[in-house]
Amino acid sequence: MTMQKVNLVYERPESLATTTTHYCPGCTHGTAHRLVAEVLDEMDIREKTIGVAPVGCSVFAYDYFNHDYVEAAHGRAPAMATGIKRVRPESTVYAYQGDGDLASIGMAEIVHAAIRGENITVIFVNNAIYGMTGGQMAPTTLPGMKTTSSPNGRDVEDAGYPIRMSEMLATIDGASYVVRRSLHNPANIRKSKKAIRKAFEVQERGLGFSIVELLSSCPTNWKLTPVQALNFIEEQMVPYFPLEDFKVMPEVKAIRV
Amino acid sequence: MAKELLKGNEAFAEAAVRAGLEGFFGYPITPSTEFLEYMARRMPNVGRAFVQAESEVAAINMVYGAACAGKRTMTATSSPGLSLMGEALSYIAGTEVPAVVANVMRGGPGLGNIAPSQGDYNQMVKGGGHGDYFPIVLAPASVQEAIDYITLAFDLADKYRSLVFVAVDGNLGQMMEPAELPPMRELPEEPPEWAAYGAKDREPNRLSSIYIDAPEEEVANVRFVKRWLEIEKNEVIYKEYDLDDAEIAVISFGVAGRVCSSAVRVAREEGIKVGLFRPITLAPFPKKEIAELSKRVRRILVVEMNSGMMLEDVKQAVAGRVPIEFYGRMGGMTPFPDEILDEIRRVDQNEGEIVDGMERVEWLERLEERIERGE
Repeated sequence: MTMQKVNLVYERPESLATTTTHYCPGCTHGTAHRLVAEVLDEMDIREKTIGVAPVGCSVFAYDYFNHDYVEAAHGRAPAMATGIKRVRPESTVYAYQGDGDLASIGMAEIVHAAIRGENITVIFVNNAIYGMTGGQMAPTTLPGMKTTSSPNGRDVEDAGYPIRMSEMLATIDGASYVVRRSLHNPANIRKSKKAIRKAFEVQERGLGFSIVELLSSCPTNWKLTPVQALNFIEEQMVPYFPLEDFKVMPEVKAIRV
Repeated sequence: MAKELLKGNEAFAEAAVRAGLEGFFGYPITPSTEFLEYMARRMPNVGRAFVQAESEVAAINMVYGAACAGKRTMTATSSPGLSLMGEALSYIAGTEVPAVVANVMRGGPGLGNIAPSQGDYNQMVKGGGHGDYFPIVLAPASVQEAIDYITLAFDLADKYRSLVFVAVDGNLGQMMEPAELPPMRELPEEPPEWAAYGAKDREPNRLSSIYIDAPEEEVANVRFVKRWLEIEKNEVIYKEYDLDDAEIAVISFGVAGRVCSSAVRVAREEGIKVGLFRPITLAPFPKKEIAELSKRVRRILVVEMNSGMMLEDVKQAVAGRVPIEFYGRMGGMTPFPDEILDEIRRVDQNEGEIVDGMERVEWLERLEERIERGE
């Protein structure tokens, strides 16, 4: 670490811990972590930030960030974040959740956090599958998509259609900023970072509930190579989960990042 | 401060505020709802957090969050609500953060009814959630005791970074009686060093109940057990009435214990040498004290508003030294002092041995007769 910083163009954000992660090769969780960490650094809020980790692949997120973190029960991160934010309103509080966590078992908690307009930020990583438990059907699994619990492909007659969380949350009056982005290529990663920045700016200004949904890859459980998995996001997921701003309150529109 | 006529649930809620409660999170459920309603008015007035959650599941996870943030926090619920909270209770215990849960018990199982009960003894005393952990359980028998023990609950929760239940029988929450509230405590200025409040000029604090490597989890479990042994050594609370020369000991907690104290007084006037032992801490259970007691009396009568849950713990402590009899009402029924008096008289006359398990069989016969008589 004594190396002189001459023309340093890229380094580990201070908000990321100096540790290796357990994420599979090609998984975009690492990208999402880095974007959050860069935003916390740029806004200089690392020292007052408390993260809430989910149950799922990002269950160990608390070890990968270099700021205070708590680990929630499956699906309950928005409730836990609510408890923290209400007793420490001066802190920056965010929940980091996957699609099984947020859109299945934690459906009530995320919806009601939005209804209350909790002044928290949620990073919602949607990879259309349960990764940690080995590739089962998630509420966001695409029609026809094969998983270990939909071996013949998701049969919508039997298992219903995937839920579009951002579209649904955008109908809630208490939600201030609801957008979907994707992590499948550099241009979209840039857009994702901008959205994450905006979401934290919303919280810092006390403007209420903000959530950024990030389409993410799972090469291991999709049984694809990392590059194929990124293509899968672009070709299969984006058409079903469009990348849009679903809700941007007028006060939020005024924020320039 | 002078005694005032106070309604149970509201008095407990105010006692919690005065003990330094900074976040209340709850969901309406009879017969605990006044607790929530009182907090909805009171907490904003003192600039503290109140949220009516979408469910008991969310409420207890908000408590979990606030506890991790290092603030005094609690919820109040009633039996079915406590079942829903089971998962997070285990997480709270596993993360070693302090939290207080007031459970205003009602008749069950299932939806049951809203009448008073002690049917959640096992659920609270034995943990309430999955895994290996030990909550503290306090059982007050009057509005004043509930006020005092809610305050103590917060102190014990902080001292041991423990989950603490206050087991409130439904009648206690609903009754009014004279009691005195403690003065308002100052809030601490600094957060506890282990809490999540922002990693400024220190390494991050990471609060979790995960120990993915089994050997590490075992080390944590060892810490929990050692802490519990410490709690068992230091924190047992009980009350004794007329036990000095007693030949018969009634053992009963909470409101049932209070009904027993009336019956014991009358029995004493009749010349029966009977006294009452009332555990305040159901966990840690006064094992040693009951073992000692069983060396001094010739017979024990356990009275509960359930099917004999504490009875099992008493049996273990008594270890067969003297015969133990049982009397209970269930399903939301509260025994009358006359019923207990009948039991004391009967026990006083009974010299026979009791084969283990027969105390329940005999009790059920007597209870069914009572039910048939419409009592």
